Amino acid sequence: MDNNRHGYADNGSGADMVKGTLYRILEKPLNYARRKSPWILHLDTGGCNGCAIETFAILSPRYDMERFGALSKGNPRHADILVISGAVSRKIKPMLKRIYEQTPEPKVVMAIGSCAITKGVFHDSYNIVGPLDRIMPVDVYVPGCPPKPEAIFDGMLRAIEKFREKVEK
Amino acid sequence: MSREVKGYTLPVGPQHPLYVEAENLMVTVDGETITNVEVNIGYIHRGIEELMQRRNYLQNIFLSERICGICSGIHSVTYCQMVENLLGIDIPDRAKFIRTIVLELERLHSHLLFLGIMGYEMGLDTLFMYAWKDREHVMDMLEKISGNRVNYAMPAIGGVRRDIKNPESFIRKLELLSKRSDYYLNLFKKDRVIRARTRGVGVLTHKKAREYGIVGPVARASGIVHDMRKNSPYAAYEFSGLQGRWRVVTEGYGDVQARVLVKIRELKEAVRILKYALLNMPKGQLKVAAPLAVKPAEAVSRTEAPRGELIYYGISNGSDTPERIRIRTPSYTNIMCLKPILEGQQLADLPVIVGSIDPCFSCTDRVTLVEERTGEQKTVDKNYFRRMRE
Repeated sequence: MDNNRHGYADNGSGADMVKGTLYRILEKPLNYARRKSPWILHLDTGGCNGCAIETFAILSPRYDMERFGALSKGNPRHADILVISGAVSRKIKPMLKRIYEQTPEPKVVMAIGSCAITKGVFHDSYNIVGPLDRIMPVDVYVPGCPPKPEAIFDGMLRAIEKFREKVEK
Repeated sequence: MSREVKGYTLPVGPQHPLYVEAENLMVTVDGETITNVEVNIGYIHRGIEELMQRRNYLQNIFLSERICGICSGIHSVTYCQMVENLLGIDIPDRAKFIRTIVLELERLHSHLLFLGIMGYEMGLDTLFMYAWKDREHVMDMLEKISGNRVNYAMPAIGGVRRDIKNPESFIRKLELLSKRSDYYLNLFKKDRVIRARTRGVGVLTHKKAREYGIVGPVARASGIVHDMRKNSPYAAYEFSGLQGRWRVVTEGYGDVQARVLVKIRELKEAVRILKYALLNMPKGQLKVAAPLAVKPAEAVSRTEAPRGELIYYGISNGSDTPERIRIRTPSYTNIMCLKPILEGQQLADLPVIVGSIDPCFSCTDRVTLVEERTGEQKTVDKNYFRRMRE
């Protein structure tokens, strides 16, 4: 088990485990299904909640993320897109790595808000170890403090696009 | 809280569908009954009080706003009031009214958010959709006033930043919200499924609420008449014209239903305050000049956040940075009552009960240092953190 430059184990995701015969038979229909409905896991890792409520708002009727097949899920093992907001605090960092490893491949990570991207106003705090891309590879950045739901929506569509590319690869 | 409780211990969190924020509850269950709860907080601790001592008074407005994204308005207003108390200046009447309008709009959006989350936790997604649809009206109003949906950046030291133009244009939407809150009130009183999930569940008695020092709507649901807007009026609540327009809402039973009903009835009170404040804004300037450096003094500012009493205490030392700022937030107090209200309840009711005290952890998290090898907890001074940063 070799660790890459981010310091997490590549084998923990279960990507190797599922490469059996059954998976090879089911690969095409499974990927077809996943491409259609990428589920999201949303976690706040030490922000002010502002990004969290704006991310929640895109599930509400006015924006309605569900029409693109995206559904908020509580379990990282069910998730395809990780939506992370907030500067990363010292206590949450190990959990965050575990959540990343538990999410099955292929996966897309979104960093929501200035805090997740650059640590924002908390840049010189003693308890903040972020930004997020020092801890895990990030695919989509949505800047703003907090970004408007329209911006998060746009980022989500790009993440879905990226996810489809990864699935088809 | 001892660890020798018999039964099975179930970790809820740090990442859990129950809430977006990372928190951990260690729930001990005997069969389906909860016998003990340990609350582990600190996942979102950002050291804001220490950061405030390194920023000047103007920069701290923006920092205080980012303590909590849901209560961002009340945090910055309370901070500005504290600095105004340090300086000993009085702000213009129009600024007081504008602050009150923003705060009450914030209360509307926070309570509607809570209502939606309650529906979500009961498995009633329709209620979540309804409440968040109505919440968007409030967000529109806030965006129209301040240009932003979450961090409004309205208060400044000595007044407010922006004026409210066309205050009459908000009345129509407020009336709509008042009608909707009637619908929700009826829903929570009459609907059989909701009643079965909420009545008699997670009871916090009047005595326990006093013992634990509970504040805000959770205390009011247990029959404690306590509201900083009446107890020690600030901003436009000082004006008797506005004070006569609304009442402190209380309920008696202290169960989940009572806590939700208090919040729904507060929606209507907030609409009443808003209508009066929007139509009776006094004319005048928005801001008085305030010096950058503050003479040595001590001051306190107490306000009613959507979740309860919020206190800022500050010491100035003559320079343009504060010597010390202490923030006491309502969620930090209210999280303590999780233990008495969860014990003896069914495990399946846990999401509803935890949701009903409206936990918002971003303002709650404090730091406790635990020695990794021995598990020993210790207290440190602020110089320790300074060394840690270097």
